[in-house]
Amino acid sequence: MTTKTLLLAALLAGVALPASVLAQDFDPNASIRIGSLYEPQNLDNTAGAGQGINEAFNGNVYEALFQLTDAGSVEPKLVESYEASEDGLTYTFTLKDGVTFHSGDPLTSADVKYSIERVTAEASKSSRKRSLSTITGIETPDDKTVVITLSARSISLPYNLSYVWIVNDAAADITAVEDGTGPYLLGEWRRGSALALERYDGYWGEAPTNGEVVYTYFTDATALNNALLTNAVDVITSVQSPDSLAQFTGNPAFTVTEGASTTKELLAYNDRVAPFDNVKVRKALARATDKARLLNSIWGDYGTLIGSFVPPTDPWYVDLTGVDAYDVESAKALLAEAGYPDGFEFTLDTPDYDPHPIVAQFLQSEYAKIGVKVNINIITANEWYTKIYQEKNFEATLQEHVNHRDIVFYGNPDFYWGYNNPDVVKLVADAESAGSEAEQVEKLTEANKIIAEDAAGNWLYLYPQIVVSAANVTGYPINGLNSQFFAYDIQKSE
Amino acid sequence: MNTLSTGLAAGGFAFLAPLLSAGQSARNSIILAYTIRRTLILIASLFIAAVVLFVLLRLLPGDPANALLGVGATEQQIAAARAQVGSDQPLYVQFGGFIGNLARLDLGTSFVSRASVLEEIGNRMAVTLPLTFFGFVVALALAIPLGILAAVRSNKWYGAAISVISQLGIAIPVFWVGILLVTLFSINLRWLPSGGFSLKGWANFGEAITGMILPSLTIGLVMGASLLRYVRAATLDVLGSDFLRTARALGASFPEALIRHGMRNGAVPVISILGIELASTFLGAVVIERVFSLPGLGSMLLLAIQQRDYPNVQGVLFISTLLVLLIGFAADIAQRLIDPRLRGRGRVLA
Repeated sequence: MTTKTLLLAALLAGVALPASVLAQDFDPNASIRIGSLYEPQNLDNTAGAGQGINEAFNGNVYEALFQLTDAGSVEPKLVESYEASEDGLTYTFTLKDGVTFHSGDPLTSADVKYSIERVTAEASKSSRKRSLSTITGIETPDDKTVVITLSARSISLPYNLSYVWIVNDAAADITAVEDGTGPYLLGEWRRGSALALERYDGYWGEAPTNGEVVYTYFTDATALNNALLTNAVDVITSVQSPDSLAQFTGNPAFTVTEGASTTKELLAYNDRVAPFDNVKVRKALARATDKARLLNSIWGDYGTLIGSFVPPTDPWYVDLTGVDAYDVESAKALLAEAGYPDGFEFTLDTPDYDPHPIVAQFLQSEYAKIGVKVNINIITANEWYTKIYQEKNFEATLQEHVNHRDIVFYGNPDFYWGYNNPDVVKLVADAESAGSEAEQVEKLTEANKIIAEDAAGNWLYLYPQIVVSAANVTGYPINGLNSQFFAYDIQKSE
Repeated sequence: MNTLSTGLAAGGFAFLAPLLSAGQSARNSIILAYTIRRTLILIASLFIAAVVLFVLLRLLPGDPANALLGVGATEQQIAAARAQVGSDQPLYVQFGGFIGNLARLDLGTSFVSRASVLEEIGNRMAVTLPLTFFGFVVALALAIPLGILAAVRSNKWYGAAISVISQLGIAIPVFWVGILLVTLFSINLRWLPSGGFSLKGWANFGEAITGMILPSLTIGLVMGASLLRYVRAATLDVLGSDFLRTARALGASFPEALIRHGMRNGAVPVISILGIELASTFLGAVVIERVFSLPGLGSMLLLAIQQRDYPNVQGVLFISTLLVLLIGFAADIAQRLIDPRLRGRGRVLA
């Protein structure tokens, strides 16, 4: 070795040194404690476990053929490659090599078939069951190949498959145990309290940057905030009490991040019944709502105003906040045109949990200005489901809709709000059978504009998605789309 | 050991056995007869409680199937969920199944979590029972010495002060005391955790017991305040009694007279109150669990009610009722052991 190369090596080492120190800046075996309000009720996402199971298990314990990333794109996860036939009715998926379940079994096409059929099964309570109903057959020509045939084109198939956990076909009941392919396996679990995930050493992909994740569950937002304040948890998945933010924002010991949310606060009318079957009445109520003031009074500087049901992270978003903007005088004029110059009276079925009761009172005072009297009827979440979702027995209601890409509900005239516009029904159906994503986006953008013009509902605001963590913790997802909370990139410095 | 004390030992009342074996047989047979009568009343009360429970729960609007489904569920999914939880069955069929299972002590499995209700209650008891116990110990440790002091020194300023402060303690809601203690000891002083329970349970004893301190203190302070007033009143009664004056006249010193004659007499009303207080401590534990995010019976019950998870609600309430009735039962028996005057009477106190 010459002096020159030695020097070069020394230089390189010198350059590399700080980088390696930087890489070791976090503890690779750290235990990350995540505080959440959403405790899973069981461990099976097709058995009514609630949103908490997606938060803890999606991408962490179970993986799907595709993954909805925190940025909102759909990317292959357990598939190496896939192709669709010319007519869009046959999809052939090739699975990744070297993937094993936590029990040690290798991933095969039979597991994929089993897993999809679990979701479409009669007993399944998965919210994705309807969207996968176009699947007519699943073939497994060899261990690594899955062929899915459809009754109609379905451009969202990869997206919908991102909800389908790939479960070992040898696992029977997974309500209390798991057998997934993800970077973590289930450790200790105490119902009502906490659930621990431990790093799976046989993981096929990149290893997590921490050793263990403990999801700790709280029933009370104040107790959750106290836990972060007292260093009992490292990060809170989503802050639900706006008042509590002040104690974190000014404090250098904490990091407050606002991501993009998909949770929409909605005043839904029953469009089947008078006077809400009249588009002018719906537009009048939209114009009589000072949404900026409402959002500010609830969330201060956080949250986003929306002009329709579509959040900015959906590909078919367009800014529609200008449609039926706040204008009390024109609201009165529209009401008179609709035949209600002296206003009317209606009952607003209001879920008993935050923020709905406050929103209801706000709307009551807003609509009094145009002569519309609102009678607030407080109901529980369970009653909401029976009275409104099932029986459709209501005039108007408040509800938060959490899902990503859920504009398609407006294409279903039987949905609880009863909005029925044949153009929208057709656009939503055409979008699903579109030949390309560009075409799908075009159709849904068009549908989006129509529902806004029709004032199909009154989209009050988009919730902020706020994650608060201790300052020494980084790498967590900030958008939490579909309640997912990927833990594998979280780093904790000493 | 006689049959009664064997029975009591099997029922977890082993601490009463020495008292019994020391007694005479006539006394024992009176107490035995009373115990049998009291047991029958206990069973009848349990049955009535079960019926009330079933009816009240079904009067709540909402369907248990709803907790299993989200927005997006189809008609078929709703029907299948109703069939799974049995909410599509007529009420009398549901009632028959419920009472039949109860008689076999089968509390079923949760609609939502699919876990065995009895097993889950067992896990939750590991939090609620110690919490009740520690809370009660704190309450007793405060109430008995301070209550007696407040009575004996009622004419001194500190006697009056104890009395006034205890009144304040009764007026404050238990959850508010919890919030105050968290603010002081967890957030400001950082001495104790603000809530939660060790993931490994009592296997991690240190962590589990540390998590119990603030909630126990909260319950103990509030329960202790009301108990203190009973102790004070009972002591004042005894202080003005003829027998105490007679004992003093016969040459006993004041502490001697108070301990030998006063305590036993004062204990009778206090024990009946203790039974009620222990029951309310248990119910207080259920409330305080929410403030401290403890995975006990209370948090299980609240969630189960929200979800109309009938097996869980019924299970928790049934077991809680059973415990409260057993506490009343034990208090009644204990009173008769202490006070011979009550033995001839069939009065049921709780």
